[in-house]
Parts: sequence; C-alpha cells; structure tokens
Amino acid sequence: MNPVNYLYLASLLFAIGATGVLIRRNAIVVFMCIELMLNACNLALVAFSRMHGNLDGQIIAFFTMVVAAAEVVVGLAIIVSLFRSRHSASVDDASLMKL
Amino acid sequence: MTQLAAYSTSTGEAVQFWVLGTVAVVGALCTILMKKAVHSALCLAGTMIILAVFYLANGAYFLGIVQIVVYTGAIMMLFLFVVMLVGVTAADSLKETIKGQRWLALLCGLGFAVLLFAGIGNASVKEFNGLAEANSGGNVEGLAGLIFTKYVFAFEITGALLITATVGAMVLTHRERTERAKTQREMAEERVREGKHLPPLPAPGVYARHNAVDVAGLLPDGSPSELTVNRTLRERGQIRDVSSEALDDLRALEQRSADRLERPDVRRTDIGRPGIGRTDVERTEEASK
Repeated sequence: MNPVNYLYLASLLFAIGATGVLIRRNAIVVFMCIELMLNACNLALVAFSRMHGNLDGQIIAFFTMVVAAAEVVVGLAIIVSLFRSRHSASVDDASLMKL
Repeated sequence: MTQLAAYSTSTGEAVQFWVLGTVAVVGALCTILMKKAVHSALCLAGTMIILAVFYLANGAYFLGIVQIVVYTGAIMMLFLFVVMLVGVTAADSLKETIKGQRWLALLCGLGFAVLLFAGIGNASVKEFNGLAEANSGGNVEGLAGLIFTKYVFAFEITGALLITATVGAMVLTHRERTERAKTQREMAEERVREGKHLPPLPAPGVYARHNAVDVAGLLPDGSPSELTVNRTLRERGQIRDVSSEALDDLRALEQRSADRLERPDVRRTDIGRPGIGRTDVERTEEASK
C-alpha cells in the first residue's frame, strides 16, 4: 500500500464533514462536523510529515489541536447561551441578532 | 521503524489501513446521518480513536496519545455534556427550509471530494521519506526541540489564545443575577393574589395507568392534564399519554375474552356496567368446565 492512501482518506473525511455542515441544522452536530474536518486535516498533516521525513507537519497538527480545543470551548458556550435565549439548538431559529 | 522509511508500507499496515479506514468512513457517515446528537457524538468519538491509531501508525506517537486524551477524552465529553444539557431527545427536524438544499449540499460535498482526489492524484507524492531519521532521538524530544526553537512564537500566541478562550467561555455562560430572588413568602402571597392553583400542583400519574413522572394524570373525563407534569418535561414535549393506550388495551382484552367465550358484541352493552367483572369470572369458570 502506498502511504498516499492516508491523504485520500483524509480528503474523504473532510468532504464528509463539509457535507455534514451543509445538511445538518442542529448546531451541535454542525459543530461536530467541523471537528471532523479538523481531524481530517490533522491526518493529512501527519501523513505529510511522514512524506517529508521531518516533524514540522506534526507541529502544525499539534497547533491545530490546541486551536480546536479553544474553538470548542467558545463554540459550545455560544451554543449554550443560544439555547438559553431561544430554547432550541437549531441554526434555523437563530435568525435574529437580538431577541 | 525501518519500514516507515520504505516507499511502500508493510502488509500489516495495509490491512490495518483498509479495515480501520472503512470503519472511520462509516463512523463519519454515521456522524452526519444519525438523527440524534448523542449518536452522532459517539460515532465521531469512534472515528477519532481510529484516527489516533493512524497517527501512531504514521510515527506520530505524541499526537496519537494527545488525540485520544484531548480529543476523545476532553472535547468529545464536552460535546456530550452540552448535548445532555440542551436536551437528549431533541432530534433534528427533517423539514427542508430551503427547497432542494439537501441535494445541492450532497452535490457540493461530492464535487469537493472529487476535486480533492484529483488534486492529490495529480500531485507527485510518490516518494515517502519516512520518519525514521526524524524520530531517531525520540518523537517527543524532536517535537519539543522544534516547538521551543523554530515555533516558539506560535507557541506563545497559542497561550494567549487559550487564555482568551477561557475568559470568553466564562463571559458567555456566566449570568449575573440582576434582580433579587423571590422569597418563599412572596411567592405564596403572589399565588394567593393571582387566585389560581392555590394548592400545590397535582401530582403526575394520578388516575393514570402508570405512576411515572412523565405520565400525565387524568381528569374526570379521561383526558390527560398537562399541569400534572413537570415544567421542564412539558417544555421539551416529553409527556407520555397513556390514557388512550390504556383504553385500547382494555378494549382488546374485552374483545379477546368475548371471542373465546363466543359471545359477540357483548362488550358494547356490558362495558361500564357494575358487576361485569363478577359475571365475566363466572362465565370463564363455566367455559373451563
């Protein structure tokens, strides 16, 4: 097996995540799909690191993980405050800036 | 370790890739197709664990462990926590707000995948150098060396980002109480002044067939009273109505016994009349003789 297959898998997972962001309306599931896309990118970065034989790709993947953790914390806080004001986690209901 | 440098991977890694890769794709599809958010979260956690195995197979030992500890351990559990907070049973509505949006989205995703595949196929990624040399001093040591020399500025920025995220989450979710909380006495006086529901609210399950909290009590005419169910359950729409179910059960039972005793249509005249139970028992005894 050629290790380039890891890149194909990563792009497939990324496309699945992008489709999920477009078709789902529950804000939490949309957020999970974004996480899936970030993970797919990480897999590609790790495969690139192996391809070039240095650790820079892994460093970038590590920073992606840190940014993803920060993003999850803020995003989930936004979803919780949205749910408090609208009693729903659907992205269709959040059509107004202010209630 | 030496095999990592090879152009082609070992058979073991190939088998692992095809088996686990299939499971990862199935997990990703389940994530976007499952109706309930909890199922989506669990499928995504499975996919992330498989990705961790792939990191380990690619020689990224530190990232593989961090993926399991941080992603599946912390982030996915945070997701599950919020899902439970927001309401587990809140399923996605399947009504399309924009007509044909789902098919267009599917088409977009497919086109995107084709573009990515074509891009990778055209790129010259035939040579894989392998990480044997880079990992020779240890994977963690190599990463640490890079983080604290070449990427030290990005590392510092990351610290600022984490602090900002923490403060942001606290600001977003913290609610300052602006007015004084009502005392019990004030609430009692308010209730008397309003004049409705002077006694405590009725309990759930009274005169219903079950005494579970989500089963509404029945009013004298047999209709369920929503007032008996907890406000949270009422808002979520999680009230179980057993009154019609119970009546159907009773009717089916009557029908069965009537069929067995070969007296059709007797239930129409007998139901609701006192003494029916005793005559039924007597007739059953006669039939068994």
